[in-house]
Amino acid sequence: MTPPAPRHERGLVRPYVVTDGRSHPTRNTFDLVTLVMAHGDRPLGGLSPEKRRLMELCLGGALSVAEIAGHLMLPVSVVKVLLGDLVDSGHLTTRAPIPSAELPEAQILQEVLDGLRARL
Amino acid sequence: MDSALASDGAVYLPRTVRTAAKILVVGHFAVGKTTFVGSLSEIRPLRTEETMTQAGALVDDLAGIDGKTTTTVAMDFGRLTLSDSLVLYLFGAPGQQRFTRLWRDMTHGALGALVLADTRRLEQSFEVMGLLEEHGLPYAVAVNHFDGAPAHPEEEIREALDLLPETPLVTCDARDRVSSTRALITLVEYLHRRTTQEHV
Repeated sequence: MTPPAPRHERGLVRPYVVTDGRSHPTRNTFDLVTLVMAHGDRPLGGLSPEKRRLMELCLGGALSVAEIAGHLMLPVSVVKVLLGDLVDSGHLTTRAPIPSAELPEAQILQEVLDGLRARL
Repeated sequence: MDSALASDGAVYLPRTVRTAAKILVVGHFAVGKTTFVGSLSEIRPLRTEETMTQAGALVDDLAGIDGKTTTTVAMDFGRLTLSDSLVLYLFGAPGQQRFTRLWRDMTHGALGALVLADTRRLEQSFEVMGLLEEHGLPYAVAVNHFDGAPAHPEEEIREALDLLPETPLVTCDARDRVSSTRALITLVEYLHRRTTQEHV
């Protein structure tokens, strides 16, 4: 079994190698701010080093797709491919950024406004 | 990475978060996007990079390695947890026309955008404003105050930027958290006003 690749080796492996040559995820449901949660009961053996690093990061708590890419220093497009596989294998679940299509934008904006004003 | 993560307890989102909103902070090179995001973010601002070929496609394919020009586009972003259930992400985005796929990705689902402008280089803001209009994303303009930059009357700036009468224009200091928060509030007030007007 190969140990996880240290972070500084980033750049030695081309993105398409990490994703087995694929540039598109198996599902097209990931936004930059889609929230990702890991299932702690899934075995990590057999995962590629990048998927294992991703799982190790996500096991700590919920993060957005963009944050995962930032922490792992991988392009967003590559992270989306890895996430698609890990959702398919039951390692991860994702939550749409806006929970319900019916949640009116005006309400979200009001909540954003309240939150920002509270910071002043 | 692991030590940085471990030492920063606030890296992860509260379990109660249900909604993730997104606002873009855009503008030309060196206008202060990264500074703005950094002064507001509760996490150390993160950077994601995307490799783009000249044609705008993501991830090189094996066939075209030789002679294909690739560019790395960086996008800085930060996070503000605004309540138990709501988190706001700020994305600082480059304003280059050719990265259209990146723009599609960024604007998708975004509430709106704050355009940072520099009075010494107002004309450089046109490209990014055009891109926002193309993607149908409403925006407000915040003139980032630079030391030594001439102060212009608001009317002059509005005219120079060819702003619609309803587009908010504010001045801010991207280094200052309160000033940056106020600029963001101006944008969100405007977005909120638009939404409620549309639905009346």
